[in-house]
Order: sequence, then structure tokens, then C-alpha cells
Amino acid sequence: MSLTEVVIASRPVEGKLRAEHLGMVFERDGTSMSVLEDITLDVADGEFICLVGPSGCGKSTLLNALAGFVAPTSGTVTVDGEVVAGPDPRRILVFQERGVFPWLTVEGNIGFGLSEMSRTERKKRIAHYVQMVRLQGFENSYPSDLSGGMKQRLQVARALAVNPDILYLDEPFGALDSITRVIMRGELLRIWQTERRTIFFVTHDIDEAVQLADRVVVLSSRPARVQDVLSIDIPHPRNISSPRYLQLRDDLLKQIGLAYTP
Amino acid sequence: MRLPVQLRPVLFIVVLLVFWQIAVSSHPGQLLPGPWGVVLGIADLIRHGLLLKYVVASLFRVTWGFALAAILAIPLGLTLGWYRRGEMAFYPLLQIFRPISPLAWIPIAILWFGVGDLAAIFLIFVGCFFPLLLTAMSAVHNIPTVYINAGRNFGLSTADFVSRVLYPAVGPQLIVGMRITLGIAWLVVVAAEMIAVNSGLGFLIIDARNAGNRYDLVVAGMVIIGTIGLLLDFGMRSLERVKSFRWGYSED
Repeated sequence: MSLTEVVIASRPVEGKLRAEHLGMVFERDGTSMSVLEDITLDVADGEFICLVGPSGCGKSTLLNALAGFVAPTSGTVTVDGEVVAGPDPRRILVFQERGVFPWLTVEGNIGFGLSEMSRTERKKRIAHYVQMVRLQGFENSYPSDLSGGMKQRLQVARALAVNPDILYLDEPFGALDSITRVIMRGELLRIWQTERRTIFFVTHDIDEAVQLADRVVVLSSRPARVQDVLSIDIPHPRNISSPRYLQLRDDLLKQIGLAYTP
Repeated sequence: MRLPVQLRPVLFIVVLLVFWQIAVSSHPGQLLPGPWGVVLGIADLIRHGLLLKYVVASLFRVTWGFALAAILAIPLGLTLGWYRRGEMAFYPLLQIFRPISPLAWIPIAILWFGVGDLAAIFLIFVGCFFPLLLTAMSAVHNIPTVYINAGRNFGLSTADFVSRVLYPAVGPQLIVGMRITLGIAWLVVVAAEMIAVNSGLGFLIIDARNAGNRYDLVVAGMVIIGTIGLLLDFGMRSLERVKSFRWGYSED
């Protein structure tokens, strides 16, 4: 018996975020192209989900549909039983690149979603998240003066500042160098463990998925379907040279068809 | 001896002026007044109180024509750029109006507004309107989708979205467009003043020639026009250094 517990995607448990029979068809030049087919997912409150799949399979499209930026052709997305009809500050999407507003300072970006708040409350909230993402001393800097990793931390801080239920991240560390990427994973885990948001994280990096996720959703190539859902049953902090880690990593590579075959 | 870099263009201008003076002195036939003659001409204008009066008159028309065009063309351009259907409807009309020189409007300007400030302001308005409209439209097209999506994600009202995402995102491009357009306005005002009014720097030039071939005053007018044009451009350029716009001009 395999040690890997394969959890079927459509668990009957009522979750935080649900996608039911999601389909997406793009019409272009009179031909229609199916990108997503019958995607059903159930994400529990506070869960960390990673979404992997071959490049161009529709990971970002799925994320945009979940976050309400595009309407699915068929099926529904619900959060707490409420149908998602558009983007909403309760669910913030963190983009891969250029997501911070270059015309605002670090403080201005973090405070972007807090205009309803009183000045003092706002100041406090900004200071809290500046500290959380370790940008002290850069409060009045513009993004052009920040490194790639700092910009992504800033984007995460801006997202967290509005106290969202769900954080969607679209390959947020994909444009960073490998050392910064490893550091950022640690930072994100630290933040997730203190803030306990539901996180839905798209990545093309198998290691990233196995290091971060509670469960990894594997999409097939286009049209994307849920090929498998793997539970990563290793407690944090994860030892990335433990046999269990390596085994899960191999399982995931196998799923994508990249397993080592001597 | 090494000259500071900033002084090199100044030195070059001085050398040119010296050559100009020498050339004029050695050909008394005088196709042009010399630089000293021009300086005396400018002094003459100051003495008669005309310099300030004409500069103010020209700047007044440019300010109004440019400001009216900006107030109308920028919001309209942003709206059309945002709603592609609106743009498609306007596009052919725009492409027909755009290549018409603002000077072609002079007879109509005089017919509608008579000889006076309004006619000149109208001509500047026409000259500025289309470049600003096109700038605003293309600025909207160039906003990275990620800014728009990030703005939408935080649940802004339409008014907030426009003031906190749309305007800042197009700001740097609008400033470049406004800088170029102000240059156009300054070109148009001179031509408009030669025909449609009785004051201003354009009028000075045509009047100096008609009323006694005072070519020293003609060239004096040209020098003043050039200098003020330079200052206007310098002023607009300084906006590009504002911190919240600066991102738009550097490679990121």
C-alpha cells in the first residue's frame, strides 16, 4: 500500500472555498478553446493549497475565476456558501509581478485598501504589517527603490492589511532568484502560521508546493482537469531531505510525468 | 582647461553669437540684424512697455486654450480609451480632424469669434485638443492589467478607482503628452496672433515688419518666443521629477 494518501477532490465536507464543475471556454477567431473542464475543489478554512500543473494548462485562469476576475463559462465558485460574482476585498489576489502601485510609497501601498479607516487606526495597521513583512525603514520608499523580493512582501502586506479571508497567490515568487525564493517561502509560512488565512497558491515549482502546502492540487494539461490531490502530511518546519519529503516530491513529479526513470 | 559640462552649451551659444556679429559687420548689406541690434531691439521693447504686455497677452491665450483643451480632452480621452466601443465610434472622426492644421481653422475662428482673444484661444484649443485626446486614449490602453485588477480587488467605488488608480497610472504618460502639446500651443499662438489679434508676440513680429521693416524687433520677438518656449518645456519637464510620477520614466 502506498503511504501517500490520495484525497479525492470532491470531498463531501463543506469547505471555505468551493468550486463546482467549473468550466471555461475561450472564443477566439470563431473557434472555441476549452481551458478548464469540470473542476471541482473544496478548500477548508485556514488550509494552504498549492496548485501545480504543466505550464499553460490554465492555472492562472482557474485562479482568476476563483478570485472573481473572470466569470466561468459553467459551474460556480462559492465562498462560505456565497456565490462569487466578482473581485472582493475579502479575497485578495497577489500577482506575480508589478502588482504594487509604483506611484505610492510602501506605506501608501499597504494602506491602499484602508481608506475607510480612521487615521490613527490606519497608521497602526500599516505599522503592524510593515513590521510583519520586515520593511521597517522603507515606509517612505517607492517600489522602484525596492528589490523584487521586497516588492512581493509589500504586495502580501497590502493584501493582508485588509484582513481578507482568502489569499490567492499567482506564482508570487516566480520572478525571484532562487535564494530569495527560498527565503520568501519561509516568510510566507511564518505569516500563514501567525495569521491563519486560507491560502491558494499557484506555482510551477514542485519543491515549493511540497514545502508549503497542506494539499497539492495537480491539474492536467489543457483542457485542465483535476488530475489528483495530494496531502502533504509532514509537519512544519519541513525537513526537505527527509525520506517522506522526497517520496512526496517524487509522487508529484510522477503525476506531472517528470519522474526519474533509470 | 576642462569646462563644466553644463557650461558647454552656453559657451557654444556665445561662440555662435560672436560669429553672427562678425558676419553681420562684414556684410553691411544686412540680411539680418546683428545680436547687438537685437539686444537694443529688446531694450526698446522694454522701454515702451511692450515686452511684458505682449508676453502676458501670448501666455494668457496659451494658458486658456491649453487649459480648456486639457479639461475637455483628457477626461474624454480616458473615457473613450476605457470604453473601446466609444473609441471605435469616434476613431474615424478623430483621424479626419487630426491632420487638419490648427492654422486651417483661422478663417472659421475669425468668422465665429471675430478678431480678438477668443479667436486665438479657440485656435490654440483646436491645436491642443486632438493631441491630448489621443495621448489620454493611448495612456489608458497602456495601463498594465495588473494595476486595474489590483484596484478592482480592493473594492473601490468608481470615483475612487478613477482618482486612485486610473489617474495615477496614466499620469506619467499624460505629462509627456501635455509637455509636447504645450509646445504645439506655443507654436500656434504665434501664428494665430499674426492674423487674429492685435497684440502678443506673433503680432509683434508681423507688426514690426509691416510698420517699417524693423527686423531687429522681428528677431527680438523670435528670441523671446524661443526663450519662453524653453522655459515652458522646462516647467513641464520638472513635473516628470515628481516622485509619484517618476516610476513612469525609468526602466523597471
